[in-house]
Amino acid sequence: MSDLKSGSNLEKVLKAGHFAFTGECGPPMGCNVEHLKEKMQFLKGNVDAVNVTDNQTAVARMASIAASAIMIQEGLEPNFQMVCRDSNRLGMTSNILGAYALGVRNMLCLSGDHQKFGNHPQAKNVYDIDSMQLIALVKKMRDEGKFMNDEDIDENPKMFIGAACNPFADPYEFRVHRLANKVNSGADFIQTQCIYNMDKFRDFMKKAVDMGLTEKCYILAGVTPMKSAPMANYMAKRVPGIEVPEDLIKRLKGVEKKDQAEEGIKFALEQVEEFKEMEGIAGVHMMAIEWEHRMPEISERAGVLPRPVV
Amino acid sequence: MIVANRKPLEEIQDMIKDCGNVLLVGCKGCVTVCNVGGKKEVEILAATLKIARKKEGKALNIDEVTIERQCDPEYIELVKETVGNYDAVISMACGVGPQFLSEAYPEQKFYPGLDTEFFGGAVQHGVWEERCAGCGTCVIHKYDGLCPIARCSKSIMHGPCGGSAQGMCEISSEVICIWDQIVKKKMEQGKLEDLLITNNAKDWRSARDGGPRRAIREELLNE
Repeated sequence: MSDLKSGSNLEKVLKAGHFAFTGECGPPMGCNVEHLKEKMQFLKGNVDAVNVTDNQTAVARMASIAASAIMIQEGLEPNFQMVCRDSNRLGMTSNILGAYALGVRNMLCLSGDHQKFGNHPQAKNVYDIDSMQLIALVKKMRDEGKFMNDEDIDENPKMFIGAACNPFADPYEFRVHRLANKVNSGADFIQTQCIYNMDKFRDFMKKAVDMGLTEKCYILAGVTPMKSAPMANYMAKRVPGIEVPEDLIKRLKGVEKKDQAEEGIKFALEQVEEFKEMEGIAGVHMMAIEWEHRMPEISERAGVLPRPVV
Repeated sequence: MIVANRKPLEEIQDMIKDCGNVLLVGCKGCVTVCNVGGKKEVEILAATLKIARKKEGKALNIDEVTIERQCDPEYIELVKETVGNYDAVISMACGVGPQFLSEAYPEQKFYPGLDTEFFGGAVQHGVWEERCAGCGTCVIHKYDGLCPIARCSKSIMHGPCGGSAQGMCEISSEVICIWDQIVKKKMEQGKLEDLLITNNAKDWRSARDGGPRRAIREELLNE
């Protein structure tokens, strides 16, 4: 297995050709470790790796690196998220080394939501480097054993490098090129933004396949089950870069309120089934936001259990 | 030019609440051009402050002077004889003004009448927009005249991020996504390949991150 880049479980699952299934777990807005561990237990055995978000939506939470380390103690594999909003190249570099030292083997390199959306809108943002440069930084540290400044690292952090891709942001024609740029910068795997507009995503994937991108990296399709029609409405209108087709909102509204969550899960499961067959898709990233307790059922019904042991 | 906004009246009133004799110093530079700190705006502020004070039943004398520039000691010198005669002096220049005045006349108390905002220009009558972040290493030509450092909310070098929607930035429907414009321009020109490279991280030493900056023209030092 010496040709593995990091040796992470996620990398091994993908490399072995299995359909990967990843989850997500948001660290607490406080130090409630017990609750965090409870949430993690719902994911254990039901996914290959779990994204540990980094102050998502610019809301201050327990550090991603700390929650990732706790996750490892709990016997799960984290996908350590890092945003460019909150620290400069020094802070990022030291956290990459620190995360690796704590056993982290996957990381997801992100720009980060603007702080305007969060609970500290008064904050100064950093953006010393952007997500493309962060990908290149982690790759350089791993493959060349060098810091950004070209000085040698005495032991390389061997990370499986992830990046995000939002096919639904504008301008649409450019999105596949930006994906190519991330792949060329060093992304080993991609997790997409939540997909609801399947027509557009099919077109996007066709372009990615035609450009040969799916031969160079693994693409995991992002799925977030809708919990209700109001949630779908909110995401359609308020969340930048997310496209929710009117048909889906109608479908959720078409059932009684108490059944809307089930309808949302059904739609998500239909998506998973299609992704299993879609050319170029290597897995699904299931972002059941604050719905960790539903993950055992979702994984079961998605037909992805048991998770492969590699 | 440097674009500024006048501070809220209440803030200025509070600055001079214990003062009965005040000087307003306008500037004929950038702040005159952006209609916030020139002769006319000095007159308006003086009148407003006097009316407000009168309502409180107290007296306030305000004198006005507008000089060529407050970022040049040569013109700062011109208020030398009078500046010490007041309880307070309000500078209506950018942030350079109250500092140059304070440095020249350390005995006097100077207050900023403006909030200095950005380097920009007028996009229509009455509307100014930011165009430059003063980063010290200009790369505008690489982006066809559109600066991502100053105009992208995240100053990213490889945009647009996932928050770009219908040409607008994720932070507000009032803010354009400059990366949307950069991409469209490159596409129109058939130069998309310009955007398919990973640029090295920017060296921010030339920006404010390298510490307070100084520009020296050797040829002028020996004149």
